[in-house]
Amino acid sequence: MIFKRPFFWIVIGVSALFALLPVWGNDATLRETLILSAVAVILATNLNLMIGYTGYVNFGNVIFFGLGGYIGLYLTTVRGWHLIAAALAAGLAVSLFTLLFGLAILSLRGAYFALATIGILEAVRAFVSNFGPWGKAAGLYVSFAVYQPLGGPMRAVWLAYFLVIAVFCVSLLLSLAIKNSKFGLALFAIREDEDAAVTLGVNARFYKARIFSLSAFLPAVAGALIYFKNGMIDPGEAFELTVSIEVIVMMMLGGQGSITGAALGAVLYEQLRGYLLTSPSLSHFQLVIAGALLLVIVQFAPGGLIGWLYQLVPGARRFFE
Amino acid sequence: MTPLLEVHGLKKHFGGLRAVNDVSFAIAEGEILGLIGPNGAGKTTLFNLISGVLRPDHGSLVFAGEDVTAWSPDKIARRGLARTHQIVKPLNDLSVLDNVTVGACFGRENLPLRDARNVARAVLDFVELADRAGAPARSLTIAGKKRLEVARALAARPRLILLDEVLSGLNPTEVARLTGLVRSLPQRGIAVFMIEHVMQAIMHLSHRIMVLNFGQKIAEGPPEEVARHPQVVEAYLGDPNIAEKLTGSG
Repeated sequence: MIFKRPFFWIVIGVSALFALLPVWGNDATLRETLILSAVAVILATNLNLMIGYTGYVNFGNVIFFGLGGYIGLYLTTVRGWHLIAAALAAGLAVSLFTLLFGLAILSLRGAYFALATIGILEAVRAFVSNFGPWGKAAGLYVSFAVYQPLGGPMRAVWLAYFLVIAVFCVSLLLSLAIKNSKFGLALFAIREDEDAAVTLGVNARFYKARIFSLSAFLPAVAGALIYFKNGMIDPGEAFELTVSIEVIVMMMLGGQGSITGAALGAVLYEQLRGYLLTSPSLSHFQLVIAGALLLVIVQFAPGGLIGWLYQLVPGARRFFE
Repeated sequence: MTPLLEVHGLKKHFGGLRAVNDVSFAIAEGEILGLIGPNGAGKTTLFNLISGVLRPDHGSLVFAGEDVTAWSPDKIARRGLARTHQIVKPLNDLSVLDNVTVGACFGRENLPLRDARNVARAVLDFVELADRAGAPARSLTIAGKKRLEVARALAARPRLILLDEVLSGLNPTEVARLTGLVRSLPQRGIAVFMIEHVMQAIMHLSHRIMVLNFGQKIAEGPPEEVARHPQVVEAYLGDPNIAEKLTGSG
């Protein structure tokens, strides 16, 4: 049972802190910092299900977030849906979309799969840029009226914040539950040697499609919430390849395959990114740093920060997953 | 009694090469069938065809009463046909216990994780790897990795196990341990089809031997008969005195 694992309670505790800290003193600045960290953690831990657990590199991971944002914004502004219903619908729709693409491209392995995901990302961006109902290249904007049923913009933003923290919490628990399940064991076997796994009876095609689709759900829900909070979305920002790459860096910085690692890497990278973006001399320098970081990690610490931590404190393995 | 596995007219060509050419045979429940032949005779290709890794160009495979010719390897495995690999394929970063648990989880009984772990522990005891259960599979010696292959296959509780050169590269003590283990499988209700180059071992273990050369079956029968078969002596062994060596030393 995952309730017996210390990590379960660590996740619950951290999520409660994230939810409560900004409420204390109504601190909007802290809220904005935490929401960025939470989103980074959501994207990195769900990507970890594909890369760290299953061994399939997905460069198109930003599609989940962007497409979720588009569907969420469309349903709330144009169709007048409630935010929660719209976010869940966005998650389901993107999962289904990912399942269909997964069945098509998951027979590819290694670099070929990775390239196919880049191809899909470009295709989705091109499609959305020309899709009339979603505003083509100009994108979608939230009209002020959308916030009214939620009690005005201030309360709507807080609602979005609490929902993002809930998704953050569910992301970490989902990773934990999969890791300790038969499904997780099938994924690890596929990562280690897909041919061996198949001759052992693992239906690799089915499990890969399932995890690919599942890894899309929570990022899409988060996308719907974040773009609703931001009030606008456009194809250039929503489907930017560099964001996908930054999420990969976060996950590898912390330690791929490890839930704590992916989450830790996401928070640290997000802090670094925030610092670099706001510093006058280093603005927009974060991609150079990300590239350099990736090189250093791959070369010297393939286990990431968490691998390094486990070497220093072997007992930490009992608490972190 | 209907055989456990029936193979009819199996053919596989790679370009102009006839790797397996019109091979037919059957394996009964609880039987140990040996497969020998010179390098490149098509032995491993035959294993790949039976386990579904390769699709045959012609012919049919009937396993436990079902036509499995066009089945995927994982589906065949779940029906109770397990195999080992000549070039071992450990799941390197997983523990030895987890490797065997995969076999138990996704094998014939489709066990839940907790039960699969118990089966895996019992099988590790049986193959004498229990003391390494927590170690990553990559840390095992070559003999250990071969036993791990056998353990994973056994954990699936198969009805038929295909062993691809599990004895090669092992020292005499290790060979003795593993042959003892293979010999006990029929009592556990598991039929064995094995490729082996360690002649003494396969001659002793097998109830029957089948010989492949250039993709074709050239002989089949009890070990002593096959070892004396002129075509086998000539085409495969190339040395007329080898028959005496094989039967004499036994």
